[in-house]
Amino acid sequence: MENKNENNKQNQSNASLVQNNQPAQNEKTMNQSVERKMALDDDQRVKVLSPSMLVFKRFIRNKLAIIGSFIIVGMFLFAFVGGIVSPYNESQVFMGYEAMSKDYASVTRNKEFRYTTVDGKNFPSAVKAEVILAVNSGKSEFTSMGNVYALTKEGENLYRISLMDKYATATIIRGTADISVVDGKTLSEAVKNGFLAAIEAKETSFTVDGVTYQISNQGKEYSLGVLDDVALASHKILDAYNAATKLSLEFKLQAEKAFIEGKNSFEVEGVTYYIDSEGSSATIYYNENGNQVNYAQLSDFVVAPIGSDVFLDVEFKSLVQQAINDGETSVTQTDAEGNEVVYKIERKNEQYTVKADTETQLIQIYQSPSKSHWLGTDGNGMDIMTRLMYGGRISLMIGFIVVIIQTFLGVVLGGIAGYFGKWVDNLIMRIVDIFYCIPSLPLIIILGSIMDSLKVNPQVRIYFLMIIMGLLGWPGVARMVRGQILSLREQEFMTATEAMGISIPRRIFRHLIPNVIPQLIVMATMGLGGIILTESSLSFLGIGVKFPFASWGNIISAVSNVHVMTNYWFVWIPAGFCILLTVLAFNFIGDGLRDAFDPKMKR
Amino acid sequence: MWKYIVKRVLTSVVILFFVSMIIYTIIRCIPTSFIETLAREKASLPGAKSYTEWLDQLKATYGMDSGIIQGFFQWLASAVRGEFGDSWYFNIPVTEKFANVIWDSFYLGVVSFVLQIVIAIPLGILSARKQYSRTDYAITVFALIGISLPGFFFATILKLIFSIHLGWFDLYGKVGRYYGQLDAWGKFLDVAAHFVLPIATLTIISVGSLMRYTRTNMLEVLNSDFIRTARAKGLSESTVINKHAFRNTLIPIVTIIGGTLPGLFAGAMITETLFQIPGIGYTSYLAMTSGDIPFFMFYMTFMAALTLMGNLISDILYAVVDPRVRVG
Repeated sequence: MENKNENNKQNQSNASLVQNNQPAQNEKTMNQSVERKMALDDDQRVKVLSPSMLVFKRFIRNKLAIIGSFIIVGMFLFAFVGGIVSPYNESQVFMGYEAMSKDYASVTRNKEFRYTTVDGKNFPSAVKAEVILAVNSGKSEFTSMGNVYALTKEGENLYRISLMDKYATATIIRGTADISVVDGKTLSEAVKNGFLAAIEAKETSFTVDGVTYQISNQGKEYSLGVLDDVALASHKILDAYNAATKLSLEFKLQAEKAFIEGKNSFEVEGVTYYIDSEGSSATIYYNENGNQVNYAQLSDFVVAPIGSDVFLDVEFKSLVQQAINDGETSVTQTDAEGNEVVYKIERKNEQYTVKADTETQLIQIYQSPSKSHWLGTDGNGMDIMTRLMYGGRISLMIGFIVVIIQTFLGVVLGGIAGYFGKWVDNLIMRIVDIFYCIPSLPLIIILGSIMDSLKVNPQVRIYFLMIIMGLLGWPGVARMVRGQILSLREQEFMTATEAMGISIPRRIFRHLIPNVIPQLIVMATMGLGGIILTESSLSFLGIGVKFPFASWGNIISAVSNVHVMTNYWFVWIPAGFCILLTVLAFNFIGDGLRDAFDPKMKR
Repeated sequence: MWKYIVKRVLTSVVILFFVSMIIYTIIRCIPTSFIETLAREKASLPGAKSYTEWLDQLKATYGMDSGIIQGFFQWLASAVRGEFGDSWYFNIPVTEKFANVIWDSFYLGVVSFVLQIVIAIPLGILSARKQYSRTDYAITVFALIGISLPGFFFATILKLIFSIHLGWFDLYGKVGRYYGQLDAWGKFLDVAAHFVLPIATLTIISVGSLMRYTRTNMLEVLNSDFIRTARAKGLSESTVINKHAFRNTLIPIVTIIGGTLPGLFAGAMITETLFQIPGIGYTSYLAMTSGDIPFFMFYMTFMAALTLMGNLISDILYAVVDPRVRVG
């Protein structure tokens, strides 16, 4: 304890006190030898460490407290610096591309009549049904919705449907025909004679003055009329090579007729088209300046895109058809960007589905730890490491602010109660009792659900959470402060302050409270851990810190899904260890501080 | 002494009054209450009355049509007579539901309480006797880990290890799937198996503080003069520890333990919820999240009463165990 030649050092150091410091300072300017003579004997001089130095020395002797301090510093760096260093954002969602086999087109082998309606003509579904009935029973004429339709067979499974404009009917009674003209129509003699002649000859049509009249027969009644083409019914599908081309009825009729009859060419509206048949399908083209220009494709297959934004060109369709005919299960086509795309063809009865591997943007959820995401990603596709850092910020910040609120309230109310005593003490302590008795967890849960239903902004919610927890936690501090002050109040130094006429607030806050500070520090350190635990429990239950803000508790709440709990340990285990480590470290430090402050506990 | 007890009980009654008033005020301020949800549900049925009509009718039915202050005194008047009304969520009288569920919580509490004492006191004493040894550090670290462990995290780890990986216990619930087919002994074993993990959780997370408390007190006693005297007299170390030190350590420990006795009925909300044990904690959590005012009021008042009772018991015990302490 004795020291020599250390006077100056000690004077410079604020951390150390020297008994009888005052004279030494005064003599600083004096001659060294004089100083020596005037000073106390070195033997009498006792070096006393300042109280804070003493506490510090005792504190660093405690291994656990040192470990705790390191953990806390580490946690602070992790949370506050880590958040800055981390390349990711708190709520950055990671998207990835993944090849997914998606339905691209459906292909059906057509076995039903498909109708091509002439532009501007009305061809209702009811009539379509009648067409099928008429075809099945071999009739050449049928009536539907008060109109007479004629069915002309142009080839196998190729029918032309025409609406008959009725002119007259003729009834044959005992060999003589009785012609009655439909109201509003006139019938020239030539037509009448032609009609009779046709009935006689059992013909179905005749031509007068360039107009073709059609006769249809129902028992003994014959009807006469002019035909008007309405639609074409066929089993074949015709697709134009150019998306803008609209194939006319006449073209379709001629093309199919030519195909059925096995012709090589046909002519429509002055253009000669050539047919290149291949099995049940054919390519129709015309020549332009000696070059072959593909015009249409004729086939049995209906190829329809599944997505509405896809246009399937004829080349693709014919490729698919060919593949189906050849029994292949995949086709390869180069797309506009020059990439080869493989399409898979799956058969289901008469239905074929063409699937393509398309790049689909997906959120990367529950990715295992990797180089880019050290702890993987969570259920929202966010980086867990970064979430842990930001969660640490929130948890530590809540802890500190709540402790500050609690300590402030506790010191003020406890100090007032302890100093004034009597009815003030009684009143304040009853308030303390009331707050002490309110079960805090259920109350916070209820307040949390109030905030839920009010849809409080998550940011504001954090502040509310701090205030609620602060308001519920102060009674313990107040009790301790009051107890300490009650005993300190009776000591001599307080009598001295009274005698010196120091004002009451000054007496409380400058002379009483500083004496309570060791206990306050210990309480606050231990309290920090407790608050972080409470906050994480609340966030775990879903009533504390809410998404998008991260907190260690709400990161762990992913375990409420058993699948996540079992398979994705990296989502919740690190967060749990963060809480455990931080709270443990605060408890280590608090423990160390208590031992350091309390000389009774020294070894 | 009796005067002191009577005075404390009377103060407690006043405190309870204010606590319940504060809680009642808060819970009546909940914007989307049980009643509003129900009214919205009923109003959305085809051909139903309008929402406001339903709301008025239901409020009258549930006795919520009066103001907060009036409502509170109505509640208080019947609560004093022991009538806490019918639970809205469970549709049976609150006290009946309480009587059904409290025993599960109590058993959980008692078993973990006994385990705590059995583990904490010997370890605490051991730790104090060998202060600053390796054993002391190990026990201190173990105790502090117990205090610092988030209950929900520890419970989840237990579930992962023992329920999922080892398959020894069920993940949730109080009874197994074949409970109905078991005989009496089998039923007991089934429930006991379901209680293992919750009890382990509760014990581990609460054993630490008692251990620390025992250690601190034991250290204080070991540093006192009479122990030095006893040693100086040449008594054997075991006599010093077991007869002189231990008995004196018991004084504060008994008061602490006595104070936690009423807490055996409080239930462990988070642990019970995690394991879905239908105790008072889980039940009140369900009631709370659905806005069941009668049950919630009962539960909160009950909890406040337990806290007050715990304080009272520990104060009385302190006076009983240590004759030097005078109350009054």
